[in-house]
Amino acid sequence: MSMNIFKQEFKMNLRSVITWSVAVAVLILVFVSLFSSFAQDAELLNEMMAKFPEQLLTAFGLNGVNLATVLGYFGFVFLFAQICLAIQAANYGFSLVSIEEREWTADFLLAKPVGRIQILTSKLLAALSGLTITNIVVWISSFGFINLFRGDRTYEAKPLLLLLLSIVVFQLFFLSVGLVVSLLVKRIRNVTPYSMALGFGMYVLSVFGDMLGESILEKITPFKHFDPNYIIQHGAYDLPLVLISASVIVISLVGSYLLYTRRDIPAVV
Amino acid sequence: MSVIEVNHLTKYYGKARGIIDVSFHVDEGEIFGFIGPNGAGKSTTIRLLLSLIYPTSGSGTIFGKDCIKYGPELRQEIGYLPSEVFYYERMKVIDLLRYSASFYDKDCTQRLQELAELMELELHRRIEDLSYGNKKKVGIVQGLLHQPKLLFLDEPTAGLDPLMQRKFFQLIREENQRGVTVFFSSHILGEVQRLCNRVGIIKEGRIIEIADIRTLQQNNYKKVRVAADDLDAAYFDLPGVTNLERHDGTVRFFYKGDINAVMHKIGEITVSDVTIEEPTLEEIFMHYYE
Repeated sequence: MSMNIFKQEFKMNLRSVITWSVAVAVLILVFVSLFSSFAQDAELLNEMMAKFPEQLLTAFGLNGVNLATVLGYFGFVFLFAQICLAIQAANYGFSLVSIEEREWTADFLLAKPVGRIQILTSKLLAALSGLTITNIVVWISSFGFINLFRGDRTYEAKPLLLLLLSIVVFQLFFLSVGLVVSLLVKRIRNVTPYSMALGFGMYVLSVFGDMLGESILEKITPFKHFDPNYIIQHGAYDLPLVLISASVIVISLVGSYLLYTRRDIPAVV
Repeated sequence: MSVIEVNHLTKYYGKARGIIDVSFHVDEGEIFGFIGPNGAGKSTTIRLLLSLIYPTSGSGTIFGKDCIKYGPELRQEIGYLPSEVFYYERMKVIDLLRYSASFYDKDCTQRLQELAELMELELHRRIEDLSYGNKKKVGIVQGLLHQPKLLFLDEPTAGLDPLMQRKFFQLIREENQRGVTVFFSSHILGEVQRLCNRVGIIKEGRIIEIADIRTLQQNNYKKVRVAADDLDAAYFDLPGVTNLERHDGTVRFFYKGDINAVMHKIGEITVSDVTIEEPTLEEIFMHYYE
């Protein structure tokens, strides 16, 4: 890894990291601040929800969820945070290498006395550091806002910790899959459609998986691997599914290194 | 000693031709001109040597070492100015140059300042605010600030005004006098002629000639112009004469062969003016491209 590339990459990414972090923190703040009013009318709410068709509840990740409890409610909030985190990580993954080729700066960087493995490692670590900042912000705002707005209701710390600990693997999944896809295609003109497709796509897969009861879809999407409701209800990870996420990360990273070290850098024609 | 050795280098982009079976060498301390029209494979050759792309077959060495295997190490001593310059748009010029310098083992601060002054660069402007010519100047400084022993210049003068071009050529000559080997790719023959010792001519991906600029000019056509009254162009229709034309009482043609034959012909008539010149590289070049 090269310190100078790492610093440069980190600096160029910082604005985006701050924007995403603030956005996720605000999202958590807004949702969690509504908790007390939800909880007050909990009985009414649960009754009302029981009348909704099951599919609809499933679509919003609300099936079997008790919004009257702190964690039940937070699990529902966390799903939205996950969508943001997924899109952010996918964004960084897709643009990590492709941005240099899109803006033709790859010639500058790769003509420097530094190997491609070093370049990719430095870039990956820089992106991961950015994601970790967002991760830390999610930790702080989760604990902070829950404690601020929970009133006199209590919650178990362990499921919440497990939930928050899952973020790093969740981010790595989207970062590495985005990266390997960006290296498989010839050229990415615009990152946003790709990261939206990957982030939302995985979410939609998880919803469909629930609605159709298709367990095959569960195997693919990290929204299932790290289903907030599962983690909160069981106080544990669904380990086989977590291992799928981990394997996808390893395969994507190894694939990325292999592809990048063999890649022909496109030139302006 | 050869600084660059290229052996049967071939590159296909999928099915599209890059270069085919290109071999040549560049000696230490020379300025080697690499000429050919757009799309002939000049940039491909340079980018292969910098391992920005990988060859389909064949190999290249720089300073005696394989250019892919020892790429990162070799690039400590290589400066590269691409034909199209692109840098991180949001950065300031000075930050980009410092970033560039940070890759090299030596301290480049002083040389950076010298070059920036010489090129009249405004160091605190953002890259995105620069004109193309000014970006090119950033490219020049960025390629030279670590005092490389080998320079790859890929159509370096495009976008520079004539004054800057002169400064740039002067700079390259000075670098060369310090022992820097220069690989100069261009499709503008005048500048190659002014600067280079030897040239390689590339056409449709293949090298068609490698020669000394001098021999290229000498062993070639003479350019003859004769002005006389009532002169018929057909008078000079000798074997070895080409491009014969008459315009405003002046006959022009190219001639290859024993120059005495032409001298006799000229001696037999009354002329008002005669010039016999070596053709410019441009004219030779056009001949290769016919």
